Amino acid sequence: MANMVKAWIDGVQIEVEAGTTIIDAASKTCHAIPKLCYHPDLPATANCGVCVVEIENSPMKRACCTPVTDGMKITTNSLNLRKYRKTLVELVLSNHEVVCPTCEANNKCNLQSLANNLHCDMHNIPNMQTKRAVDDASPSIVRDMNKCIACGRCVTVCNDVQQVYALTFSGRGFKSIVTTPFDKGMNDSPCVNCGQCTVYCPTGALREKNDIDRVWDALLDPTKHVVVQEAPSIRVALAEEFGMEPGLATPGKMYAALKAIGFDSVMDTNFSADLTIMEEGTELVNRVGAGGPLPLITSCSPGWVKFMETYYPHLAANVSTAKSPMSMFGTLAKTYYAETKNIDPATIVSVAIMPCTAKKFEAQRPELSDSGYQDTDLVLTTREFIRMIKECCVDFKNVPDIQADPGMSFYTGAGTIFGATGGVMEAALRSAWFLITKTELENVEITAVRGMEGVKEVTIEIPGLGPVKFAVAHGLGNARKIMDKVSQQLADTGKCEYTFIEIMACNGGCVGGGGQPFGSDIARRARRGLGLYEEDRNLPKRRSHENPEVTKLYAEYITEGPCSPKSHKLLHTNYFERSVYSGAAVKEATHKH
Amino acid sequence: MNYYRSHVLIGISDTALQAGVKDFENALRNELAKNNLQDEINILETGPLGFFGKGICMTVYPENVQYSDVKAEDVAELVQNHFLKGRPVKRLLFEESLKGQVNFNYANRIVLKNSGIIDPENIEEYIGAGGYEALEKALLEMTPNDVIDVVKASGLRGRGGAGFPTGLKWSFTAPLEAEQKYIVINADEGEPGTFKDRLIMEGDPHILLEGLTLAAYAVGASKAIIYIRGEYKLCIERLRKAILQANEYGVLGEKIFGTDFSLEVDIKVGAGAYVCGEETALIESLEGNRGNPRWKPPFPGVEGVWKMPTVVNNVETTANVPFIIKNGAEAFLQHGPAKSSGTKVYTLMGDIARPGLCEVDMGTSLRSIINEYGGGMKKGIKFKAALVGGAAGVFLPDRLLDVNMDFESLKEYAAVLGSGAILVMNENTDIVDMLWSVLRFFRHESCGKCSPCKLGTAYLYDLITKIKKGEGTKADLDQLVSIADMMQKTSFCALGQSPIMPIKSALDNFRYEFEARLNK
Repeated sequence: MANMVKAWIDGVQIEVEAGTTIIDAASKTCHAIPKLCYHPDLPATANCGVCVVEIENSPMKRACCTPVTDGMKITTNSLNLRKYRKTLVELVLSNHEVVCPTCEANNKCNLQSLANNLHCDMHNIPNMQTKRAVDDASPSIVRDMNKCIACGRCVTVCNDVQQVYALTFSGRGFKSIVTTPFDKGMNDSPCVNCGQCTVYCPTGALREKNDIDRVWDALLDPTKHVVVQEAPSIRVALAEEFGMEPGLATPGKMYAALKAIGFDSVMDTNFSADLTIMEEGTELVNRVGAGGPLPLITSCSPGWVKFMETYYPHLAANVSTAKSPMSMFGTLAKTYYAETKNIDPATIVSVAIMPCTAKKFEAQRPELSDSGYQDTDLVLTTREFIRMIKECCVDFKNVPDIQADPGMSFYTGAGTIFGATGGVMEAALRSAWFLITKTELENVEITAVRGMEGVKEVTIEIPGLGPVKFAVAHGLGNARKIMDKVSQQLADTGKCEYTFIEIMACNGGCVGGGGQPFGSDIARRARRGLGLYEEDRNLPKRRSHENPEVTKLYAEYITEGPCSPKSHKLLHTNYFERSVYSGAAVKEATHKH
Repeated sequence: MNYYRSHVLIGISDTALQAGVKDFENALRNELAKNNLQDEINILETGPLGFFGKGICMTVYPENVQYSDVKAEDVAELVQNHFLKGRPVKRLLFEESLKGQVNFNYANRIVLKNSGIIDPENIEEYIGAGGYEALEKALLEMTPNDVIDVVKASGLRGRGGAGFPTGLKWSFTAPLEAEQKYIVINADEGEPGTFKDRLIMEGDPHILLEGLTLAAYAVGASKAIIYIRGEYKLCIERLRKAILQANEYGVLGEKIFGTDFSLEVDIKVGAGAYVCGEETALIESLEGNRGNPRWKPPFPGVEGVWKMPTVVNNVETTANVPFIIKNGAEAFLQHGPAKSSGTKVYTLMGDIARPGLCEVDMGTSLRSIINEYGGGMKKGIKFKAALVGGAAGVFLPDRLLDVNMDFESLKEYAAVLGSGAILVMNENTDIVDMLWSVLRFFRHESCGKCSPCKLGTAYLYDLITKIKKGEGTKADLDQLVSIADMMQKTSFCALGQSPIMPIKSALDNFRYEFEARLNK
């Protein structure tokens, strides 16, 4: 039994494990402490000072990083504390561009609600701000230092959690700001566009590059045929924003909202998730047969792919050549779909609703144009999609469910669980089992790869192959752990204990993506993941190779089957080695074949 | 060995080097040789001489005549008159009028007892003056715990500002099991107007090495790092030489005095941020990170450099240790009052007759420090205020000058000993301007990590600038105090907690000057 300590918070006795911080102890009472920079998912930066509390016989301390000690008497609210917190937040406001009504973070902003709760007066302290240029050169992330309050969450998440090292503090004192290496901007940095900084930013200083207007331009242009796809994790991230149970899967309402907004054809990324499994699963089986290169590593997560290209280019040959589900859909929309529907691909605008800021970068990769056009034209994050729903005044909660347009929208349970960490692995195993053994996996739920643990390992006995070891990592810091191990083993022995590895750039997988609603914490991500597994359980088909639209595609269009030359032309890609300073592609790491 | 009838001590400091002291010294040697005096007059290089004249300074013994601002072209006259005829050159004497009035307090010195007397670049002179005897005693006759006990009993408190009992600090780290422990010497002296550590290191680098070796022995550290300001070029050079010599003589390095105790000393040169004088920011900087402070706990004594137990001590603190070990706690307790034993080194500046360094017992009144050791005010001007403790210090008016300078007495005045900087201001000094300078300094030196300090120092500067320009209101004066008060309570480290002291003392003691500047 852990060592417990007793203390009093505002006269209420509490008992917590030794080492628990005051802020965490207080959150277990009904008396949370006002806070600004602190986020429960992240190690405390202790930058803001708002959470100071009084402790008997001690100077005031920050609750976020002061452990409770036995017999401690803590006061969280007093005349002085109120005064100090209010003054402090007013100071923060004096160096913040206050444009709440039009800010992307409006109603989600921690500073906004705190200032309101503490009854701050905007006019007590005059504005001290010097206007700074907004860094919007990145295709994914806008960095607006006028809104930054230097809480340090983004620096922590980028360096400690994701270990990308694209953000840091520079300059000192009043002039200290969060910036990129050599102050060159996000687009000229090792940023992999994962967008976790935007999710944790309390004020909207970091946000996605907004493409809503470009989508409207296409939608309202009568000469354009606008096709839309939605990633698996979108359908479980909308309910919470419209007064419904968080994590509830609402695909029917999602399609209805997209139709209401005016998309010509509403199909589904889940279809191409199933297709990805056919390609990647076949690739896995082929590589196992050919003896390598193994391990095979997934390639769906664009944040991970750029991370790999930047920090582990020597492993590029191990990464699946299969395009991501979004890019497969994009290519097929301007080839297969265009031909089937007899639409000039030049008039097609392919839009993707993604939980992800890195998808905006992926869409712009020059190599992803196998349709003869840019495969995916525009990417909207979940947040942008929600704004469009609100702009169109769609009553999301009450809109009747509809079906997606057929062609590239049917999906199995395997496709939908792509959105949660371990989902691609589980989906791949469901079909790889079939491809290898020619029998169906009886129990399709491989629970060992589910859940929020950072690195998951499982060994499965596959008839004909024996025990095969798999690994799943989510969050790039965890990816590093696995990749360092793989690199070491390959360097030492030329072999690796793992056969297949799933990597997702964001904690929780796509349900925790950088484009998901602001402030989506670990707990919320887990809820969304459960929503996807729930949907999987209730779908009639749960294995990708059972998807009739996928079968139809292979029967009628890519007739030689997965990993055939035509499939390679349309559905596979290659990778580049990138500069760790600028993120720019330096040379090819693998060739397209 | 030769016997000389006279010894000339030339103070080698950064100022003297800039004034061309090496050329002067060569000229003097040549001139003496020309007059065949080279075997009668000995020339010695030493550290700061304990008085601060302009340019090149030197002292001639046995007559104890002090010269300042001497130049190469004065050499012929000096040799002809002083060394041949025995008549000091009056026009070159240092503040002749003060001779005999200034108390250098050599008899009572602990830390600076060798400074200005021995050649700091020669370990034999330090050993000749009784150096490394304490270390020998400790290593051969005492256990590490004995050393801690003696230091505890001596009542030595940290001289870097906070005044934490040194023996107690060591006793937290000593019992910890760790693969590596560190002694870090904080020589990042950044408090404006403070240069005591520089002069200790320039004048007697071995006293620091001996002190830190004792500390390392006491806590079981085998590595020591001296984190020193990059500007302190001469200190760095002398410390490097001293480390080499100490290694050669077996008082540092492997198996010191033939025992199993070994210590490796490194020097890390700082890059000039004030906040890096804060021990946890210093450790971050040592590790190659941005110099932002770390949260305590864990304290460095438990988790410091590379997460290993680390004792961080100030230069002056450490330089006291050899005396304590050699002479015992009782001898140290002879100096100063009970709860603030020992001596304190002050740097005296401003409108004072003899600016420079003095080392006096703790508890000496500020008035006597200024008058007795600093020679009083410069001729013809009157005292107005002293800024005591550097930028993070307090403004004291004449009526508070009888305060005894020790940790406990100053507490009653809401003042701190701080770094020991004493800036004396004359009656024409504008306190508003002074406070403006202090607050500009804080704005410049805030690391920017924590909001109260980053934003608070900026806003305080805006407020004082407004007041300085004559545009301030009474509300702005109140705002100065309330912001600084909030900063004191909510800031992460001592930097943000400090501006309240100069602000409050300036307003308490000189409020009329601020009110006179308001926009009415």
